[in-house]
Formats: sequence, structure tokens, C-alpha cells
Amino acid sequence: MVNYIWVGMFVIGIVFGMVNGTMDQVNEALFVSAKEAVTLCLGLMSILVFWLGLMKIAEESGLLDKLSNLFKPFMRWLFPEVPPNHPAMGYILSNMMANTFGLGNAATPLGIKAMEQLKKLNGGKATVSRSMVTFLAINTSSVTLIPTTVIAIRMNYDAHSPTDIVFPTIIATAISAVGGIAIDRYFYYRRKRSGRE
Amino acid sequence: MLHWMTTISIWMIPVLILGILLYGTLKRVPTYETFVEGGKEGINMSFSLIPFLVGMLVAISVFRASGALDFIVQSLNPLLSLLHFPSEVLPLAIIRPISGTAALGITSDLISVYGPDSFVGRLAATIQGSTDTTFYVLTVYFGAVGIKKMGDALKVGLLADLIGIIAAVIVVTLVFGMN
Repeated sequence: MVNYIWVGMFVIGIVFGMVNGTMDQVNEALFVSAKEAVTLCLGLMSILVFWLGLMKIAEESGLLDKLSNLFKPFMRWLFPEVPPNHPAMGYILSNMMANTFGLGNAATPLGIKAMEQLKKLNGGKATVSRSMVTFLAINTSSVTLIPTTVIAIRMNYDAHSPTDIVFPTIIATAISAVGGIAIDRYFYYRRKRSGRE
Repeated sequence: MLHWMTTISIWMIPVLILGILLYGTLKRVPTYETFVEGGKEGINMSFSLIPFLVGMLVAISVFRASGALDFIVQSLNPLLSLLHFPSEVLPLAIIRPISGTAALGITSDLISVYGPDSFVGRLAATIQGSTDTTFYVLTVYFGAVGIKKMGDALKVGLLADLIGIIAAVIVVTLVFGMN
């Protein structure tokens, strides 16, 4: 599906550019965004190096295990294919916590570590496992307690009470997380029925 | 309220670092060596991410720059007004899963045009805060561990976004009314 979406965006964009006379913008977009993507990766490097280093300490000291013990029953229900004492659990949990508290910078390296562990559990294959889909469903619905960026924008524009959207945001994000988990389960059972898993 | 919330977010990361370092020292982990060892992994990871992000971001920006995205948003407008979905927020709803920075731009634009305390302004803020850039998250997470086929992950992620956006419309309407 990714292949079709990817090619689709290019084809529609380029054909539309021909018809619409926006080929200049398309050309510019091609090169500017490629450069931006590389810059973004290099920017990520500093964050990745720092947080992965720090998380290694958290892992070696047993802090991550402690954390995963705390939420064991819930995590077992969410990820039945991951052994309860597997390091993946600790990373998944710390990623979820970092997201919840709006620590995006810390969340990404933890999420990548979690994916790495899930890949190991899947025999190192370059294919998606059930747990990965569940993990990403939770991750993309991004449960947040404090949407800091949005609050900052609202402050900029002199909102009467910049934080009054916090409650609706938490509710909406919780609903989308629950919805994401439900949809994930549905797709899983569908795959199972058709014998793909 | 905002004051202590910003204080918490400023304090959280340094306190977290402090906690990890002190706990590691207490448990007699060779902290500095362990840090360096773990940090090394980050270098390879960010290099292997480059092709994934270049591929995805170029496609998205060609799609946007050509005007195709705007066109699709415009043509969906009549349909959405039928469903009582506030059409002003539609571009945001479509772009939110694809590009985080573009979505942020639209959100601040909507807030400045309609006012932060208007229905549209609050709804935009809620959508921006309650959903994530699914495409980016999937590209980074799958890219970093070298998985090229995303399976059902994209479908699940996008459907969850849709639920989040619908939930945002309903909750904001219930909490603030439609003025």
C-alpha cells in the first residue's frame, strides 16, 4: 500500500503540475525537500545519540524493567505476542510515557528502540509483526496531556484562556487511541481469518 | 494553570535525566561508558533513515507544491458541508497525518483568521494537539529498523486519525458550542 501511495503522490503531483502550470513549484519542491529531509536526519542524529545513550543507562540499571513491571497486566493484554519480561515492553512503555508528557524528542529514540526489539522478536525479518502495528496505532494517535505547541500558538494570538483546549484535546486523543486499538484488533482478526497470520 | 504547566514541561526532561543518572550510579552501572556505547547506535540509525525520509518528504512536497492537495481539499468541500463537518478545518484534517509542519502552519493561520476563541480556532487547536503525523511516524520508525512494507500499520494509523478528528469536532462542539 505504501508503494501505491508514494507513487500516487508523485504522479498526481507531477501531472497536476503540468495541467495547472505549477511545474516551477514542483521543481523547486523536489530539491528543497530532499535537502530538508537530509537536514532533518542529521538533526535527529544529535537527539538519537543523546537519548539512546541515556536510555542504555536506564536499561542497564534496571530502571526500564521496573517501569514495565508497573504496567504489566495492561501491556500483556495490549501485546500478547511479546513475552512479559522482554526489553521491548520497557521501551514501548517509556515511549508511550514520553509521548504522553509531550517529550517528542525523547519519544522518537525510545520508539525506534522498541521497534528494534519487536523486529528481533519477529526473527529479524523485514516484515511487519502484529505487535508493531499495535504499537504504531497507539503511537500515531499520540496521547498527550499537555499540547505545548498549540498552547503556545494560542497564547501568541491572545486567547482568553490558552489552556482551555487541553481537556477537549485529552478526550479526543483518548478516543482516537481507543479507536486505534480497536481497529488494530479488527485488522488482526481479519488477517488471522484469511490465514495471513 | 498555564504557569505550572509550562514549569512542569521545562522541568520534566532535566529531572528525568537526573533520575536516570542517579539511579544508574546507585546501581553501579559504568554510566559514561554505557552512555557512549548506547549513543553509537544513534549514528547508524540516523544515516539509515535518510533514504526513507528523503523519499517520503519529496513525494509529499511535490504533491503539495503542485496544488493537487489544495485542489482535492476544495473539491471535497461540498460533500463535507453536507455532513456538517466545518469545511474551514478540512485542509488541516487532511494534512495533519501527512505533514506536521504544514499542519502547524494551517493551525496558526486558522487561529489568526478566525480568532483563538472561535469555534474554528479551538477546533483547529484541538485537532493539531490530539493527532500525530502518521506518515512521518511510520516512515521514521519503520525506516530506522529497515522495514520496507508497512502492512496494515498505515491503514490503522490513518483510521485512528480519522476517529481522532471526528472526536475533536464532537468534543469541541459539546464543550464550547458552535459559536
